[in-house]
Amino acid sequence: MRALIQAPMAFVRLAYQSVYLALGQIWTNKTRSILTTIGIVIGVASVTAVIAALTGLKAKVLTLVETFGTNTIIIMPTNPEKGSSRESAWWTYRFLPEHFDGLLEHCPSVEHLSRTGGIGQRTAHYGERSAENVNIMGIEPAYLEIENRPVILGRIFSIIDNMQVRQVCLIEPKLRNKLRLDRDCIGQTIRLGHHAFVIVGVIEPRPELNFGESSQERYEVFIPFRTLFKLGKPGIFALAASKSAEVVEDAQAEIKFFLRRARNIRPTEPDTFQVDSLKSALETFNKIALMVTLVAGGIVGISLLVGGVGIMNIMLVSVSERTREIGLRKAVGAKKSAILTQFLIEAIVLCFFGGLVGVGFGQLLTMAIANIPNVELVDMAYIPLWAIGLSFAFSGTVGIFFGMFPAIKAARLDPIEALRHE
Amino acid sequence: MQTMSKMQTVSDKNEKLIIRLQEVTRIYKVGVERIHALDGIDLELSENEYVAVMGPSGSGKSTLMNVLGCLDRATSGIYELDGEDTTRMTDAALARVRNERIGFVFQSFELLGQLSALKNVEMPLIYSKNGWWTRRKRAKNVLERVGLGDRIKHRPNQLSGGEKQRVAIARALVCNPSILLADEPTGNLDSKTSEGILKLFDQLHREGQTIIIVTHEDFVAHHAKRIIQMKDGLISSDMQNDRDPRDKTMTQSSGQEEKI
Repeated sequence: MRALIQAPMAFVRLAYQSVYLALGQIWTNKTRSILTTIGIVIGVASVTAVIAALTGLKAKVLTLVETFGTNTIIIMPTNPEKGSSRESAWWTYRFLPEHFDGLLEHCPSVEHLSRTGGIGQRTAHYGERSAENVNIMGIEPAYLEIENRPVILGRIFSIIDNMQVRQVCLIEPKLRNKLRLDRDCIGQTIRLGHHAFVIVGVIEPRPELNFGESSQERYEVFIPFRTLFKLGKPGIFALAASKSAEVVEDAQAEIKFFLRRARNIRPTEPDTFQVDSLKSALETFNKIALMVTLVAGGIVGISLLVGGVGIMNIMLVSVSERTREIGLRKAVGAKKSAILTQFLIEAIVLCFFGGLVGVGFGQLLTMAIANIPNVELVDMAYIPLWAIGLSFAFSGTVGIFFGMFPAIKAARLDPIEALRHE
Repeated sequence: MQTMSKMQTVSDKNEKLIIRLQEVTRIYKVGVERIHALDGIDLELSENEYVAVMGPSGSGKSTLMNVLGCLDRATSGIYELDGEDTTRMTDAALARVRNERIGFVFQSFELLGQLSALKNVEMPLIYSKNGWWTRRKRAKNVLERVGLGDRIKHRPNQLSGGEKQRVAIARALVCNPSILLADEPTGNLDSKTSEGILKLFDQLHREGQTIIIVTHEDFVAHHAKRIIQMKDGLISSDMQNDRDPRDKTMTQSSGQEEKI
């Protein structure tokens, strides 16, 4: 029983004593300690800043995804990755409008579907004024539902608009301002290429995903899907929404099954289209983020390594400077383990100190990153708690790893030799 | 007469054997050469003895000191301390023996410059199993015992040479060692200060402390009750000190005792 109490007490005593001695020693050699830990400080600061930037990026993307909705599914034609049709030209596997006929009836998990087509960019005119880079998209009414972009003024397309191939359009407030239309611009006519379109509604702008290349203004104009064919031969894709976020994968599978039949793909042949959800895109993004974190971590690991070598160097100097002290401590009864712990803890305390300052600098760096003008992507950067824990764990490990050799050297000193040391 | 009776009680206790060396050798290998620093030493020391070890340099007195202090191991032979054989102890056990049973006093004091006198004296208790919780109190007491009760907060560079050595002696005594080993304790001090330190040793001896002093100075050795001369790794003479300087210093040191 006595031994049971004494063993942990002895450990506490040793730990307390070592930390106490280490702090005293570090305080005595302030300048040296600060210089020594700079390597660790830089390493930890950069690791936390990188993690903070990535975390901010992730948070940003997640909020964007939330506004788009995680139950959104994008259906695009693609070149199959393998098989005989691998090299075939794009028009052989492009979507035709009738491929999607009856999809909603056959796919119970799919709530909305909108065939969508693009014919690229045109210039929009209103009187003398014009706007370039106008992306013209042909959509079906469900599109606005799926993309979560309600009409803020006017109305959405009706089925009749589509059936009668009316030349009506929905615009964004941005374009209205650019062309200096009336505030209530419903009923005004703009020209897209050579065709006149009547504005029936203004829709909410798309949440901005600014990658820092905002020099060129882009506009979006939506027209009924069938009307689009008047303007040219569109590339067709489709947007769908599952009934809930939980059944996205079911919906994807159903769509895949339906489209393979609609496109007469034989069982052995690969898909000539892809069905992506934001959920799967998000997973891809997470993978990329993880890889970037690992690569950055590797680079930062090198700086921590350099810092660790600095710590080791200074600890070796410290051991040889304090040889007599070590000899004396051994003479008055310090065991090898006590000397070892003392020097090891000194190295660890140095590293922890570096880690602490490093996290502080990392916080400053993060604030700087978050406030870079015109780069909204990382304005949500913050240091997550686990990164702080990781930094301390890492600097502690560096301390143990690089402090071990000098500490062993100190512990092995022969007390007689050590006391004779000049 | 009172002192005589005190001496009498002390000699009664002399029965208890503290140190027993039997055929102890210590051989260093330097290249192919073998140096016999200790060449078969037999020695017995009882409790409360006051011994001076003398001899020219190279005679093996420092090696004997290191072996007695458990800093070094005998190459062969038996060294019993307090009836325990130390020759087969592990390093950790030897460290414990040094901590609990041996007090070292060095020629150059070996105080840690950045610590106060109190902290310096506390240091051995840091490594002791039982002394940790009471270390401050014990360090204070022992500093008072060596006459430095008013200097406990001072750092070594604020103390005189004699005061430094007193701190070192306090440090050696703080664990209540069986033997106090002093290696040229007055080597770095002027003769007046040396006398003060030697008086302190006399006082400690009277209080029952077993003391071994290594020295090459006669006036130091003559404070001891027993003088061992060494030569070429052997004890060349071992005799009781006939010239007792205590008659002269007795009254002064008892006066000092009262002051403390």
